[in-house]
Order: sequence, then C-alpha cells, then structure tokens
Amino acid sequence: MRPILERLKDGEVLVADGAMGTMLQERGLKPGECPEALNLSRPELLEEVARLYLEAGAEIVQTNTFGGSPLKLALYGLAERTEEVNRKAVEAARRAVGDRAYVSASCGPTGRILKAMGGDTEPGEVLEAYVRQVQALVEGGADLLCVETMTDLEEASLAVRAAKSVSPSTPVMATMTFDRTKRGFYTIMGVDVARAAEGLRKAGADIVGSNCGNGIDNMIEIARAFRKASSLPILVQSNAGMPEMKGGKAVYSETPELMASKVAELVAAGAGIIGGCCGTTPAHIAAIRDKIRQTTTAGRPRP
Amino acid sequence: MAILEDIGTFLQEGDEDKVSGAVKEALAQGLGPKDVLDRGLIAGMNVIGARFREREIFLPDVLLAAKAMYAGLDRLKPLLAKEGVRTRGKVVLGTVQGDLHDIGKNLVGIMLKGAGFEVVDLGKDVGPEAFVDAAVKEGAGFIGMSALLTTTMPVMRDIVALLRRRGLAGKIKTMVGGAPVSEEYAREIGADLYAFDAASAVERVQALAGG
Repeated sequence: MRPILERLKDGEVLVADGAMGTMLQERGLKPGECPEALNLSRPELLEEVARLYLEAGAEIVQTNTFGGSPLKLALYGLAERTEEVNRKAVEAARRAVGDRAYVSASCGPTGRILKAMGGDTEPGEVLEAYVRQVQALVEGGADLLCVETMTDLEEASLAVRAAKSVSPSTPVMATMTFDRTKRGFYTIMGVDVARAAEGLRKAGADIVGSNCGNGIDNMIEIARAFRKASSLPILVQSNAGMPEMKGGKAVYSETPELMASKVAELVAAGAGIIGGCCGTTPAHIAAIRDKIRQTTTAGRPRP
Repeated sequence: MAILEDIGTFLQEGDEDKVSGAVKEALAQGLGPKDVLDRGLIAGMNVIGARFREREIFLPDVLLAAKAMYAGLDRLKPLLAKEGVRTRGKVVLGTVQGDLHDIGKNLVGIMLKGAGFEVVDLGKDVGPEAFVDAAVKEGAGFIGMSALLTTTMPVMRDIVALLRRRGLAGKIKTMVGGAPVSEEYAREIGADLYAFDAASAVERVQALAGG
C-alpha cells in the first residue's frame, strides 16, 4: 500500500470504518464487560467486524483497542495483559484485511483527569501508559495510530508524543470531541478547534480532526474550523446522531443516506478521511464510500 | 458583605487556600456558619454551575472550584453540626452496574454539595441492591443514578422497580441522567426526575425537596 500521507497529499479522500462497540454488542459483548477482553477470548469477532467494514469499502480499519491503555484496562483487572490485549487486536484486524486496508490502532482516553485539570493524575503516569500501549500496537504491526475521542488537549498531546517516541515513522491521527456552545465548538475541557489543531500538530500529529459528537452537521463546521487553523489532513468520524432508547434498544437517528448526503460538504470543508463513530454501521460506510467516489475533489480548499 | 463576595471570587479562581482563609475571616467578622455557607459557598457554586451550563467555563474550572469549596466546607462543617444546622437533604449517588463512567456523576455530586445537600457517593458499577440498601441505611431522600452507555441504562429500570417492590417508591425519589438518558426514558421506567445536566439535577432535586 502507498503511504497514507502521500495519498492524502495528492488530494485523495479516504474512507475509514464505522462503530466498533455496537457491532460487538450485537455479537455478544455484555453490558459492563470489557470490550477489549474480547481481543483475548473472541478475536474471530474482531476479524468479522473488520471484514464487514472492508467489504463496505473502508480503506482504514480501526482496532478494538480504544480502552487498551493499562490505566483503563486496570478497571477490569487486565492491566498486566496490556501487551497481549493490544497486540492481538492489531493481529486480528490484519488477518481480516491483509494489505487491502490500513490497520489503524485506536488509543482512547485513559479515563483519568490530569492534576492541572482538577483531577488527581500526574502527566508522567499517562505518558507511561500510552507508551506501553503504543509499543504493543506497533509490535503487532499497526500501520497508523489513532488517538481519539479526546477532550483534554494535554492528555491527547501526551498520547501523540508517546506514539511518536515509540515509532517516529508511524503516522499518527488525533481527534477530539467537541460540543456546540454559544461561542463555538469546545470540548468539555474547554479546548476549541484552533487550539486543538495547533496543540496536536505541536505534539507531532500527522492528521488531525474530530470524532464522536452530536451529528454530522456539526462536523462540517468543525472540519471547516480545522482547515482554517491547520494545513494537516483532516479526519472526521461522526456519530450517527445521539442515541435514543426505543423499546429497550438504542436507535441512532442518522441513516446511511443522511450521512452520505453530507459527504460533499465535508470534503469541501476540508475533510480528507471520512468514517463513522457510535451508531454507524457497514451500511453507513458503504453509503459514504459511494458518495466519495462520486464527489470530485475539484474546488476543494487545498492546504 | 464584601467577604462573602470574596468567597465567590476565590471559588471561581479555584483557590483552596484563599477560600479557606476567606471563610475563616467571615466567621471572625461575626457571620454565622449558615450565612457563610448559603451566601458565600453556595452562592459562589451557583455562579459556577450557571457559567458551566453556558460553557463560559469548563470542566477543569468546575473541578478546581469544587476543591476550593471543599476546603471551605471542611472549616464550616463542625460549626454547622454544633449549631444543629440541617442540610437541605441527602442524595445517594452512583453510576449504575456495568458502567465505569463517572465524570458526569461526579459533577452532579459537586453541584449538589455546592447547593447544600449531603451527598453519599457510591462510586461506579453500583448494582440495584447497593443503591437501595445505601439509601435506606443513610436515610436519603433521593437516589441519583448515572449511565453513559445505552447498554447499562436498563439497570436504572431495575433500581426503580426494586424500590417499588420494597415499598419505598415515592419515599425515596429517583433521579436519572447521563448522555443517552432522556426525559422520555425517565418517564418510561417510572423515575421521578430526569436531569439533563448537573445544574438541572440541582434544580430538580431542590424543587422536589422543597428547598
């Protein structure tokens, strides 16, 4: 496969995958169970999910390692198996996609709040945890690292720096989750898009952007704000809206058609990689893929 | 009084030492502990809650203000106890079984304490029996439960049902909240209150507690 950064530089728009958690729930992940424990007990499920997204057209598939930091795994008594949990997830994704898609290794928040932010955790502890996770992900053969769903720029920067210190040549994507406020988009920790773009770049991120959140319309504005603040390629992975409980089941309001109908605007706003987050399915990804194929990149603002 | 305004200002700055010092100073000026609590700490936390709700300030500001508030409360608590000042009510709080997300729940706890309620925080991954047993043991008027996951929300229904089975429905009021939880869901499972965010949790508990 050609290096992803070259393809993005040429103006290609790439398709990433959709949600992992909801796919695993449908396949037997129980409420309260550690999603990453499946990496040890049921790796064939991870292969199946990766295969479904590959078949839907994803060119980037994410590993089931969102909660794979030892600080997070410790909540389930799995911290000492950090290496195994992370490595096995990368291997499972690789078995499913071979070299037909990039395997992107997910690194979610530690769940801790740093001291400077009013919490009780030292930055060194967070950095060390990410170094340990990233080492395992890289050893497992990840093509990319994806620091995602971040709200604290300091924690996100620690994760990116950990990634770059372990493997300087592995491209790092970093996304944060913003809420709409009266004064624009901010994370719950008070980071706006311009600060995120600048801070993530400084930490060493190669690709920046946003994931999760409250629907794809917001993402168009957020992508625009990233383009204004940064010349790096932009990744967007939106939720399919906010979940609503209907008859005991979580229902997401944004259909594949609705999300796909926003692709042209997202690309015009500057997005170079488009995928999905909570509530998106292979059907969403297939619809997005079809739209990307139809969307010309002409007239798109170039960095 | 100027010193009470100072307490509010220092809370917003998240300065533990200054809040503690200003509380001491207010008492030295002859203000009663109840006044210092209501017009100093609670008034100050009200402002914090309102500004956070409008996202003029963010989570770190609230957490730092909370630490400063606790410093002030620690100084007042023995005096309030000595004067027999009752709290506005007691709330047992927790994140439901299977769910380990506690930032929202912690915020609700901070804002409730900041509004003068006593809070018993059971932590995360709390099952129905643990909620109900704790509420009974503590003599709490409210159970507040939080869930971030659509998969753990059904535990809320179990807690409401358990209260009903034990004949405690109505005596111990239930409040639910968390990103996927809605007013509609609260109604569907028979919870007494739904809180969209920490500030509305306080408003709704206050309204029902008659405070």
